[in-house]
Amino acid sequence: MLEIKNLHVSVDNQEILKGLSLAIKPGQVHSIMGPNGSGKSTLAQVLAGRNTYEVTEGEILYEGRNLLDMSPEERAREGIFMAFQYPVEIPGVANTYFLREALNAIRKHKDLEPLKHVEFVKLVKEKMKSLDVDDSLLQRSVNEGFSGGEKKRNEIFQLQVLAPRLAILDETDSGLDIDALKIVAKGVNTMRTDERAFLIITHYQRLLNYIIPDIVHVLVDGRIVKSGGKELALELEDKGYTWVGDEPTNTNFAQN
Amino acid sequence: MSVDLEQLSKQEYKYGFVTNIEQEIAPKGLNEEVIRMISAKKNEPEWLLEWRLKAYRNWLTMKEPKWHNVHYPPIDYNDISYYAAPKQTKKPKSLDDIDPELRATYEKLGIPLEEQMMLAGVAVDAVFDSVSLITTFKEKLAELNIIFCSISDAVQEYPELVKKYMGFVVPHNDNYFAALNSAVFTDGSFVYVPKGVRCPMELSTYFRINAENTGQFERTLIIAEEGSYVSYLEGCTAPKRDENQLHAAVVELIAHNDATIKYSTIQNWYPGDKNGKGGIYNFVTKRGRCVGRNSHISWTQVETGSAITWKYPSCLLEGDNSVGEFYSVALTNNRQQADTGTKMIHIGKNTSSTIVSKGISAGYGQNTYRGLVQIGKNASRARNYTQCDSMLIGDKCGAHTFPYIEVKNSTARMEHEASTSKIGDDQIFYCQQRGLSAEDAVSLIVNGFCKQVFRELPFEFAVEAERLLSVSLEGSVG
Repeated sequence: MLEIKNLHVSVDNQEILKGLSLAIKPGQVHSIMGPNGSGKSTLAQVLAGRNTYEVTEGEILYEGRNLLDMSPEERAREGIFMAFQYPVEIPGVANTYFLREALNAIRKHKDLEPLKHVEFVKLVKEKMKSLDVDDSLLQRSVNEGFSGGEKKRNEIFQLQVLAPRLAILDETDSGLDIDALKIVAKGVNTMRTDERAFLIITHYQRLLNYIIPDIVHVLVDGRIVKSGGKELALELEDKGYTWVGDEPTNTNFAQN
Repeated sequence: MSVDLEQLSKQEYKYGFVTNIEQEIAPKGLNEEVIRMISAKKNEPEWLLEWRLKAYRNWLTMKEPKWHNVHYPPIDYNDISYYAAPKQTKKPKSLDDIDPELRATYEKLGIPLEEQMMLAGVAVDAVFDSVSLITTFKEKLAELNIIFCSISDAVQEYPELVKKYMGFVVPHNDNYFAALNSAVFTDGSFVYVPKGVRCPMELSTYFRINAENTGQFERTLIIAEEGSYVSYLEGCTAPKRDENQLHAAVVELIAHNDATIKYSTIQNWYPGDKNGKGGIYNFVTKRGRCVGRNSHISWTQVETGSAITWKYPSCLLEGDNSVGEFYSVALTNNRQQADTGTKMIHIGKNTSSTIVSKGISAGYGQNTYRGLVQIGKNASRARNYTQCDSMLIGDKCGAHTFPYIEVKNSTARMEHEASTSKIGDDQIFYCQQRGLSAEDAVSLIVNGFCKQVFRELPFEFAVEAERLLSVSLEGSVG
């Protein structure tokens, strides 16, 4: 589904990702863990199409297509969704209106008719219930005045309604208390199917107690220095990121 | 901006076509002879001619205002024709008498003159250059004794009312452009709602400038008697021309005891091209007097057109407990300039006013809010709430705010909120990540920004306003 080969990315001439390779198959849940500044969020932003990042080398294939040639909206319409680390406020635009516009833009791309109002409301109500989202959230302006937890839950709510094929969660767990974390995890788990893949970016192992990943990657200084099963996350929690840094394969990190 | 919004779309001004029709146009130039000619054409009574001449003589002694924050080369007032009318042998009695070319024009503009085709419950007065073509639904309104006609007809049919109220709010020597209008005004709408009557439909006037090198000087007068209610809407378009054209209108509203007037404007005059060539100079004086107690005047404007907008719809809150409101969206794109706002003059006790202004600047547009809230000595317990928000799109445009507050009574309560924001790359990217194009994202964000004002418009027009805003923004964001 997604294949990243030797990806180099710079911001303001400073290299952040230094040759990252990763392959995700349908149905898989991958987790990327790493210390602050290792390039986790950069990877998410590049996949979503943010153009403040410059790809200097390497390629990304999504469903066999060159992802880097696609505009952000085209990627979204083709099924890539990113839950933002810092969801953006859009004053005066009702959450439900926004979501419907988004859904219909995606449907239009697939040559589907816009969803009828009644059907849309039905869909939304159903998803809301499972996420414990309050009714009033729909009428409020997109993320405006939302608490940190509400914002994150709203992202997962959007994920559920838009039903993408590849979902990227960029530190969705940060700032969540344990109850909210469980709700978010449940929201993600109910979305797991054989066709849908997840890339979960997190600083802490905590979220991975509730969303069990198939593969865990450790990102340090712009490179994946270690990959393994779900137990790798626990090991990291136990030993800290310096532990993987000591591996002889990562010369760059060792110099620090 | 990181997204290359300049590439977005370059949709042309949609209403820029010219109607080819035989016109009767006065020779260029302004003098007493021209004024006498206009007055004679309209078969006006002596007092009105005198009033025009008085205004003209005053105007000659006045200086064009310079305090505003807009810039344009000097206007040669003798290079303008002050009267243009489609040639018609007689005044149309019904739609069948109207030149098909003109009817087609209005159809193209989306203003069907056929009553059966009209939006439910909207009566239209169609003004083409200097004359009113037809007023629809006249009879139906007459059943309620509501008068809705062109001001020219009103002069003929209801001279006492016109004489009593013309200049009642905006005196003939009020300001430079109002004096000019008073001297040469040609047509406009007249509305009179009698005591206790609630006007059952939206009244609207559609102004169209067609002729070249002409100015449009319309005058609208709305009187709401005790306990009455009326909602009025005006819309405006003009052809694309390389020359600037002058539009200097005067609107006067009078609300008696317990009366309410809601006045909405969707102004979409030709804004000029991308480089600022051509476009309408929209220098307009609009003012309402809440003379009665508990009276209420509400202005809502959506200003997206014109090369230059100079306009301050205001309220004189004379009656106790009277209410004034001003809701405004002003958009300047490319080289457009706007200096707009309001004056709320509190004279009576317990008067209250609300000002909500949303300025959007894009391209090289310059947008100025200028407002005055004045609380008089006797206006005890007066209240004002002002909210003044500016949004910038791109980094070549400007937003300016000049709020004046004068309080002479210590019991007044004033609130002023202001904000300036920039459409962020973050916001646009967020929308794109959900599947919206950058262009749709901008329009969504701007419409959200204007929501508070659009809410005040009659429903059909709110939809129109949103669409218009999106079109006006196209290709703007860079």
